[in-house]
Amino acid sequence: MSKQRFSALSLLRRSLGGHRSWEPQWRKSEPKPAYDVVIVGGGGHGLGAAYYLAAEHRVGRIAVVEKGWIGGGNTGRNTTIIRSNYLFAESAALYDHSVKLWEDLSQVLNYNVMFSQRGVMMLAHTVHDVQVFKRHVHANRCSGVDNEWLTPEEAKAFCPPLNIDPDIRYPVLGAALQRRGGTARHDAVAWGYARAASELGVDIIENCEVTGIRRDAQGRVEGLETTRGSIRAGKVGVSAAGNTSAVLSLAGVRLPLESYPLQALVSEPVKPVFPCVAMSNTIHAYISQSDKGDLVIGAGTDAYTSYTQRGALHINMHTLDAICELFPMFRRLRMMRNWGGIVDVTPDRSPIIAKTPVPGLYVNCGWGTGGFKATPGSAHLFAWTIANDAPHPINAPFTIERFRDGHLIDEAAAAAVAH
Amino acid sequence: MMKIPCPHCGVRDENEFQCGGTAHLARPALDASDREWGEYLYFRDNPKGSHRERWRHAYGCGRWFNVVRDTLTHEISAVYPITETPAR
Ligand SMILES: Cc1cc2nc3c(=O)[nH]c(=O)nc-3n(C[C@H](O)[C@H](O)[C@H](O)COP(=O)(O)OP(=O)(O)OC[C@H]3O[C@@H](n4cnc5c(N)ncnc54)[C@H](O)[C@@H]3O)c2cc1C
Ligand SMILES: [Zn+2]
Repeated sequence: MSKQRFSALSLLRRSLGGHRSWEPQWRKSEPKPAYDVVIVGGGGHGLGAAYYLAAEHRVGRIAVVEKGWIGGGNTGRNTTIIRSNYLFAESAALYDHSVKLWEDLSQVLNYNVMFSQRGVMMLAHTVHDVQVFKRHVHANRCSGVDNEWLTPEEAKAFCPPLNIDPDIRYPVLGAALQRRGGTARHDAVAWGYARAASELGVDIIENCEVTGIRRDAQGRVEGLETTRGSIRAGKVGVSAAGNTSAVLSLAGVRLPLESYPLQALVSEPVKPVFPCVAMSNTIHAYISQSDKGDLVIGAGTDAYTSYTQRGALHINMHTLDAICELFPMFRRLRMMRNWGGIVDVTPDRSPIIAKTPVPGLYVNCGWGTGGFKATPGSAHLFAWTIANDAPHPINAPFTIERFRDGHLIDEAAAAAVAH
Repeated sequence: MMKIPCPHCGVRDENEFQCGGTAHLARPALDASDREWGEYLYFRDNPKGSHRERWRHAYGCGRWFNVVRDTLTHEISAVYPITETPAR
């Protein structure tokens, strides 16, 4: 495929031909008999890992196999909140590695991922929230991650639609603001990595579901069975989000994961009215406005495991109650669509980027309700781990074994934060 | 919204209930290894399909019972007492 760089000049030149001369942005590949590394799962994390394997580690022949279409999983279903103000030093290092990669990702990939550092504001509604968020602010400063405390008046100045009336049911007592946080275009992240990986020779194989993991006499991974035939593989990296337990069970590996539906919804499009991202963990509402104008609203998970890719309606209603109270100007807005994705949740709400007990098999999972923000960082570290058969120092704490050794990275207890 | 048949009160909306997660996890003995203890606390089958799980009719009779639910369809194929452990 010819290199099609995006630039003001190339856009102008192609526009003269009515934009009819663009070629597909990535190759649609047929599976070859063998690869050095096969990544299972064509979400942002898997495509990104394939890209970094090709760009930074030059590991040879690489493929990504995806059971549906690329970006059709949680990558294309999430509310795109990006931030790094997590409590523990291990987490702050991991998520901030990602935020730094986001900052020049559009330039690196030559693809506009529309990363917008408009600020992420997390609202405190109880004394407990205030204490927890202030603790986060201090911990983040010690880790070199920006996060600042706002009074209710300062929060309203930053986000004028916010209702800071002290008489509402869950009044705003303050907020933690990470100015470097923001949003990005979810599809563009999958497409940008796919395009850049494909250009470096990575095969992207869609409609190809992994149905078996083949191992040699010593137990080492030697290949995959798929709905499009057998593929030999030197190494296999699994980035299958909500389906990880099912894929790893093919190699007899049991994980500390449970899969839950998480939902989001969008309103009808309106003029720019909402300048930032606002989140309320306590009353389960997350909101920002896309460049198209629709309000993008994130709800909570269902309370039981499921693989249905849809959640219960009362979960969304609960979130809309909270949105209407916090932002009364949206009360008459119509909601256009809602959907769900299946998220893989660990007991400590921190991810796993690690080797598995099976030689040659690696896993990147457990991102649960909040892994979009980590896409570049996670992909980068997963590629490193696969290429070196050892974790990078940043992801070294994020093992499977921490659940046996007791070294949890307990972001769940820290804040019960989603997204 | 799922409808769940409470063995004591009949069919009710899911938000009257609380899901207690996977059923029949046996607590290991006190001298269990770290590995066994970790498995018990944190590792799960997380199956795609039939799942045996505990539910409590929290906003009803308050009682616990077991359910076999398909995680792909949410179909409930069996409801049985909390004290019963059927063979696999
Ligand atoms: C509604 C919702 C809102 C969210 N909001 C946020 C947010 O605001 N901020 C944030 O940071 N995160 C958020 N998340 C979480 C985030 O979307 C995920 O953590 C992240 O996108 C995971 O990326 P991934 O590439 O690992 O997974 P995915 O994009 O799900 O990719 C995994 C891929 O694996 C494929 N696959 C599965 N099984 C197989 C198989 N057997 N063979 C081949 N392929 C297979 C799937 O088809 C899928 O495409 C949200 C999630 C949801 C559902
Ligand atoms: Zn009852």
